Amino acid sequence: MDGESLSRGAKILFRITCFNGALTIDITQTTISLFAVTLIVSILAIVLGKGITKRPGRKQALVEKIVMMLYNLVETTMGKHNLKYAPLVGTIFAASLFGTLIGLTKIFRSTTADLMVVLGMSLVTSMLCWYEGIRNRGFFGWLKSYTEPVAFITPINLVSEVSQPLSMTFRHFGNIAGGGVLMSIVYAALGSASSLLFKWLPASIASVMPPILQVGIPAVLSLYFDLFSGLMQAFVFSLLTMVYIAQANPAPVPGENAKAKKPKKAKKQKAPASNGIQQTDAPAHQS
Amino acid sequence: MDPTALTILAKAFASAIVMGIGSIAPALGEGNAVCKALEGIARQPEASSDLRSTMILGCAITESTGIYSLVIAMLILFAL
Repeated sequence: MDGESLSRGAKILFRITCFNGALTIDITQTTISLFAVTLIVSILAIVLGKGITKRPGRKQALVEKIVMMLYNLVETTMGKHNLKYAPLVGTIFAASLFGTLIGLTKIFRSTTADLMVVLGMSLVTSMLCWYEGIRNRGFFGWLKSYTEPVAFITPINLVSEVSQPLSMTFRHFGNIAGGGVLMSIVYAALGSASSLLFKWLPASIASVMPPILQVGIPAVLSLYFDLFSGLMQAFVFSLLTMVYIAQANPAPVPGENAKAKKPKKAKKQKAPASNGIQQTDAPAHQS
Repeated sequence: MDPTALTILAKAFASAIVMGIGSIAPALGEGNAVCKALEGIARQPEASSDLRSTMILGCAITESTGIYSLVIAMLILFAL
């Protein structure tokens, strides 16, 4: 994956024309790798979710740990009444993470290095926010909420509504695409540096020497820009999704309606979420 | 100087200025965040894991202002 293809968008592999040219569908590299990501995540989900027994084996313990972490995170961030969104958050996290990491194979292009994929994901968040707003206040109440403190602030509210998915999109896309461009620049620089290294050799030998500096040195940067950044952005993206949806769907007033749905794994949630700060606070204050 | 070379020069200068100025603020902000987190960890080493995860999250969100300028620089370089 060279920097050219990263910065200029995905290459169009072939075009599908239908309805006598009224509609053309471009099959790009991103489309292919999106299907690959879907396949990988689906196979993982099927394989890991198969054969669930009462006494967990090694595989099931891992899966339960992951699912419990997800549900605990959603519960602490969004509140118990929003636990129905935990599968969505997990899906967004998995799609983002695998979409980024599939770029490491160098066969497929990172799906999240395409603006449209990330824009789609953040529009899902926006639409869910609108849905929750309409569900909670009714359609006209939701429209009225844009004029909330005073009427003339409406344009600012609208701008902030538009900029929310845009900022999410640019954050994720910029991190992944920028990391890819930086890595390709590093590779190019190391390639020309290693060709300088062999300049003292006769030209016929120097031309066949491998770019020896490209071995090992970029791995340190790749660890940050591909692995860490991808993981971090997937986490940040799903966290922001949680925060925005939780803002649109605040906790119900106690006693009004107690229809907070219990999750499937409610049995495992009984362990009290350890509140690290609360516990560790006390001895520090005494000393 | 022919116009294409002038365009390339202008693009290079513009993106360099965008990245140069645009990376000052997130660097300062992240430095400040890490500084405060380190102070917190030094005062209260028990809370270090909690502080660290929050700090990394805050850094990732603070970094987005720098990322915006990176996107603009890439737009100037490749799309303009």
